[in-house]
Amino acid sequence: MCATCGCSGETILEPHEHDHEHQHEHGHGHSHTRTVTLEQAVLARNDALAELNRKWLAERSILAVNLMSSPGAGKTTLLERTIRELGSELRVSVVEGDQETVLDADRIRATGAPAVQINTGSGCHLDAKMLAGGLQTLDPPEGSVVLIENVGNLVCPALFDLGEQARVVITSVTEGAEKPRKYPQMFRAADLVLLNKIDLLPYVRFDIEDFLDGARRANPGVEVLQLSATTGDGVADWYGWLRVRLP
Amino acid sequence: MHEMAITQSVVHAVCDRMGDAQIRRICLEIGTLSGVVADSVRFCFDLITEGTPLEGASLEIIQPTGRARCRDCGAEFALNDLLVLCECGSANRELLAGEELKIREVEVMA
Repeated sequence: MCATCGCSGETILEPHEHDHEHQHEHGHGHSHTRTVTLEQAVLARNDALAELNRKWLAERSILAVNLMSSPGAGKTTLLERTIRELGSELRVSVVEGDQETVLDADRIRATGAPAVQINTGSGCHLDAKMLAGGLQTLDPPEGSVVLIENVGNLVCPALFDLGEQARVVITSVTEGAEKPRKYPQMFRAADLVLLNKIDLLPYVRFDIEDFLDGARRANPGVEVLQLSATTGDGVADWYGWLRVRLP
Repeated sequence: MHEMAITQSVVHAVCDRMGDAQIRRICLEIGTLSGVVADSVRFCFDLITEGTPLEGASLEIIQPTGRARCRDCGAEFALNDLLVLCECGSANRELLAGEELKIREVEVMA
């Protein structure tokens, strides 16, 4: 209790000596504050929106997969091939996240799949609110697959739950084998790791065992598939992974 | 630099809980393995909070360090990054601390 004016259970922001006479009114130069314990997740608002997305998707039996990689790992190329080769079997639509341009959405639409482009401007990742807007625009049919191409970045997207059912990290042999060691947060967040551009292995120095060891350290037991989105080597395993996750 | 978005989320979360109450001090927990750089949050805090109830608030950041328990041998150990293995060689560990990203408390004008 403050002896000056009798307030209780509060922190005195500017403690003062209590040797003065109590002849004055309140507002005598010190501020009264109280401490409120919140113990709240910083990303609570995003996480709540992500849960709404998850519920929305589940009600429609839609499989949503969040694809994350550094720029140039081959996300869009893999999506193009996936849609061309599975398009008759699965109804696929795509949410494209990029800081600028609609180039990637145009590439996806050229395959015949519906796509919506989200430009994040200075933002370095998609968040749950952006995905909700994208889903509203896309209006994907029940029982379909929504592939979400996150902003090319191996750091920020790992932190933001979108409400997806699964997270896939794509990396390519041209980026070097140390990516899991450099970006363990991202690899730890992955349900699946795709190692792309394996057709280029004869031309680059890439130690697959070292890569797998790094991935295992960041995320023990994570599944790693090796493929080439350009030649099609190994993509059957990726399609198999998608099929077993269909609702 | 997701710390801008993280700091914006701090403002949203506090306003959701505290309304327009003027905040004098805020205490965050940002674990060393959370993927968020505390110094970057400090760097953009004044800019992001301008014109909000958190404007002028003092920012305190507690940074819990990483601890894990090995699921194979049961040992508890410290980890400075997410690549550290248990002494038994296992990568199969449960993180006990270090990933915190939360608002511990705020001090508001009474």
